[in-house]
Amino acid sequence: MKELRYDAVVIGGGAAGMAAALELDGAGLSCAIVEREENLGGILVQCIHNGFGLIEFNEELSGPEFAERFEDRVRGTGIKPYVGTTVMDIDVSGGDKLLYCYSAEYGILRMSCRAIVLAMGCRERNRGNIRIPGSRPAGVYTAGLAQRLVNIEGYIPGKDIVIVGSGDIGLIMARRMSWVGCKVHAVVEILPYPSGLTRNIVQCLHDFSIPLYLSHLTTNIVGKDRVEGVEITPLENGALMTEKAFTIACDTVLLSVGLVPENELSKQVGVEMNPMTNGPSVDSRLMTNVSGVFACGNVLHVHDLVDYVVEEARRAGAFAALWLKGERAKLEVRVKAGSNVRYVAPGRVDAEADNKIYLRTLIVKNDATLEVRVNNRVIKSVKKTHIQPSEMITVSLGAKDLAAAAGSPDPVVEIAIS
Amino acid sequence: MGETSGKGSCDGYDVAIIGAGVSGANIARRLSAYELDVVLLDKEADVSFGTSKANSGIVHGGFHHNRKYLKSRLEIQGAMMFDRLALELDFPFRRCGIVVAALHDDEMLAIDQLYRQGVENGVIGIEMCSRERMLGLEPKLSPDTVGGLWAPGGGIVEPYRFAFSLVESAVKNGARVLTGFAVERAERSGERWTVGASDGRAVSASYVVNAAGLFADEVSRIFGAEEYRIRARKGEYYLLDRLTKARPDRVVFPVPTSVSKGMLVIPTVEGTVLLGPTAESIEDKTDLSTTRSELEKILGSARTMIPSISETDVITSFAGLRPTLGEDFYIDISAKAPGFIQVAGIQSPGLTASPAIGEYVKDLLKKAGLRLVEKGDYDPYVEKRPHMKDVDHFAADGLVKKDPAYGNMVCRCERVSEAEIVAAVRAGHTTLDGIKYFTRAQMGRCQGGFCTYKIIKIVMRETGLGWDEITKRGDASRILKDTL
Ligand SMILES: Cc1cc2nc3c(=O)[nH]c(=O)nc-3n(C[C@H](O)[C@H](O)[C@H](O)COP(=O)(O)OP(=O)(O)OC[C@H]3O[C@@H](n4cnc5c(N)ncnc54)[C@H](O)[C@@H]3O)c2cc1C
Ligand SMILES: Cc1cc2nc3c(=O)[nH]c(=O)nc-3n(C[C@H](O)[C@H](O)[C@H](O)COP(=O)(O)OP(=O)(O)OC[C@H]3O[C@@H](n4cnc5c(N)ncnc54)[C@H](O)[C@@H]3O)c2cc1C
Repeated sequence: MKELRYDAVVIGGGAAGMAAALELDGAGLSCAIVEREENLGGILVQCIHNGFGLIEFNEELSGPEFAERFEDRVRGTGIKPYVGTTVMDIDVSGGDKLLYCYSAEYGILRMSCRAIVLAMGCRERNRGNIRIPGSRPAGVYTAGLAQRLVNIEGYIPGKDIVIVGSGDIGLIMARRMSWVGCKVHAVVEILPYPSGLTRNIVQCLHDFSIPLYLSHLTTNIVGKDRVEGVEITPLENGALMTEKAFTIACDTVLLSVGLVPENELSKQVGVEMNPMTNGPSVDSRLMTNVSGVFACGNVLHVHDLVDYVVEEARRAGAFAALWLKGERAKLEVRVKAGSNVRYVAPGRVDAEADNKIYLRTLIVKNDATLEVRVNNRVIKSVKKTHIQPSEMITVSLGAKDLAAAAGSPDPVVEIAIS
Repeated sequence: MGETSGKGSCDGYDVAIIGAGVSGANIARRLSAYELDVVLLDKEADVSFGTSKANSGIVHGGFHHNRKYLKSRLEIQGAMMFDRLALELDFPFRRCGIVVAALHDDEMLAIDQLYRQGVENGVIGIEMCSRERMLGLEPKLSPDTVGGLWAPGGGIVEPYRFAFSLVESAVKNGARVLTGFAVERAERSGERWTVGASDGRAVSASYVVNAAGLFADEVSRIFGAEEYRIRARKGEYYLLDRLTKARPDRVVFPVPTSVSKGMLVIPTVEGTVLLGPTAESIEDKTDLSTTRSELEKILGSARTMIPSISETDVITSFAGLRPTLGEDFYIDISAKAPGFIQVAGIQSPGLTASPAIGEYVKDLLKKAGLRLVEKGDYDPYVEKRPHMKDVDHFAADGLVKKDPAYGNMVCRCERVSEAEIVAAVRAGHTTLDGIKYFTRAQMGRCQGGFCTYKIIKIVMRETGLGWDEITKRGDASRILKDTL
């Protein structure tokens, strides 16, 4: 077993992991990235469509192009990337944190460090998670697996396709499969509104005349050896209209039914989870309840734009560097999700610093108002032309905004939407 | 599985066994201890793709059935054989014990009956328990529990790994396995049977064992033997993630009804949790679909026993079919077809009984005239294969030094390395399902979302199969449809 030592180890070499590592390196700390795939870049590598980097680079890049820019930066530093290497276990019981990493190239590595940045990304929810009944033939894949097969391996998993769920990956794949000559018969969504970005609905469905069935439940998958069809049932006021069920013939079902942050390792070391995000609960400095363990990117909460991922990850990296240098958060104040807000991340702000908060709403609305309140008094109000659950909202809160909280004995910050 | 042979490729055998589920596999392995040429035939692409792959995986406690039934006697004998078999065959097995939970006072009457039946059946260690004792044995039980039964000898097993190991052992000792061999013809000439498959292949044998599960009735007809009808009773399941907080330490049974043992909560030997099965008679014996209505029953029923069960922990659902023929197993020498042994109606507790079925059928064959001479070089052990999931970091280090492929983790959820996938392929498991059952890769919380493409690449590399020959479970279950 090889022993290695770093100030910080970043788990996951996607956009988040690279951005966090660059900050740590920039602060003069030694840092390694451990990535289980053969390349850095994470999910970006298989997203060959455009739409990445509008905020970060002011231009529209493809996923691999975006990843490459970060990879080039990483290469120009002292950061050691261990690719093809999986973090299997973490031990935080002693003074230093120990990571056991498995790799064909490097063998078994034991890395000791003082700080860990969790950047493991997320995985796709699957058929079992949403409990679609029916038979179990070949031809039922998650959209991300299909994306990988088509974009990287060069295989077409099926010809006649129904996509379940209107998440972004599913929408992107509807277009991708159409481009490679497949027939996408429908996108089926249980909610009354799409769960992907509006621009993807337009560019991926409307432009290809692919029907979107909103308020429809996928109630059965049929086929013995290979998928032969899916049964779809409309929902009216939450009730299944069984008599209106219909079947679409197809050979493939792609599932785009949500992402789940990959926190098995986090849970192993006792990191507390936020049930609303399925990610760790973190303080204003993106540190979990386990001292010296930070989290950012999709492992913290699912992001729709990589630009926000790197923004958040930079903060995590910088906070980890400060923590390593002995600096601690000053005045932690809890942030609550108020009416029409599904979650806020992080769930705390530092009342004496500049904070960035990400949140998701529960509603679809035009001309909405976002209000930040301290002890029930409005301290900030922002107009939003359009909001929907699939589009993340960001709010900046500076020390000036939070002066009221700093002066109060038991302050609560609440963010609400109306 | 293609074709695996221990001996040279002769097509004349002493015994042909039709059906490579746990029944056929136990029979084949038992016979492989003798100087016999044995062939095991199955219509599927791999062994154990029938009822033996989708069941509760319980080594039963011997108290559910009356001794007047053959199935009960074989269950008790079979259950006792598992410790030895697990040692020889390296499949996952543990005696975690079984509790039967009574949730109302009037259910204690049934508990009393089960207890007496168990004692009469000679079950060791069985106890009637108070509420406190039950909650001590299984703290996850509902506070509504009023008492129950404790059978410490009950256990859990991975049924497909059990079948795979049995077949591997049989092959090691000279038996031959032919998969994709769907028996559809049989002719008797002289003292021998010629058994033909739908693809034109044929083997000949002096004795034939019909262990064809759901289709034993059809096979019996093909041989002109007894007429009977196997009916399918479907059982649906939910599988929960290994991180669920609701995982019990024991197998938890409700008080049984007249038709079934009820829906259980099973801590599988590999760490996940199984809920089910339901029980529903169906017509189509190939219908393994799950249904919304049945699945809904499962969660409700399971929660009455273990309230902390949450639907958010569900990672998949599946169904298995019980091959039923009246109340009991039908294992006998055919009165109509010469040299033909019936092993039919092997419903629950068929998995538990299967080692004893192997013994029983061996004795029936002897009775029917087969000469049994023990092999001098019979080796009951199979090679133990390391699993990255089970070894500590130092042992892992040793493995990776020997073969770096142990360091390449292919399946993140179940911790399966490339070396283990390669071992599965080299052992003849070349379909995605075969690899899944052999290694557990694709069986965890992501259900293959991350590793499927990696496994496809390894299979193509190891076997030379083309992309269009990669299937989920053989035949028409192709995974990929085209290239770019
Ligand atoms: C299909 C799709 C389309 C998208 N489209 C857009 C778009 O058009 N525009 C846009 O801005 N954003 C888009 N996004 C969102 C954005 O790209 C992602 O949110 C972002 O790339 C996530 O970065 P991450 O680093 O958090 O996670 P990931 O990229 O998932 O990286 C996590 C990494 O951690 C590794 N890892 C996990 N566990 C371990 C372990 N134990 N040991 C070692 N390594 C580990 C994983 O292998 C992975 O490489 C899209 C996302 C998807 C999935
Ligand atoms: C829901 C459920 C739960 C159960 N739970 C338990 C339990 O917890 N404990 C327990 O002890 N038992 C249990 N059982 C019972 C147990 O699973 C079965 O008794 C056992 O698996 C039967 O094994 P088998 O080899 O007889 O049949 P199978 O496994 O069905 O094997 C028969 C084989 O014959 C092959 N075949 C069929 N026709 C042909 C043909 N024409 N040519 C060639 N091959 C053919 C099939 O492909 C198949 O592989 C359960 C059963 C079910 C359905």
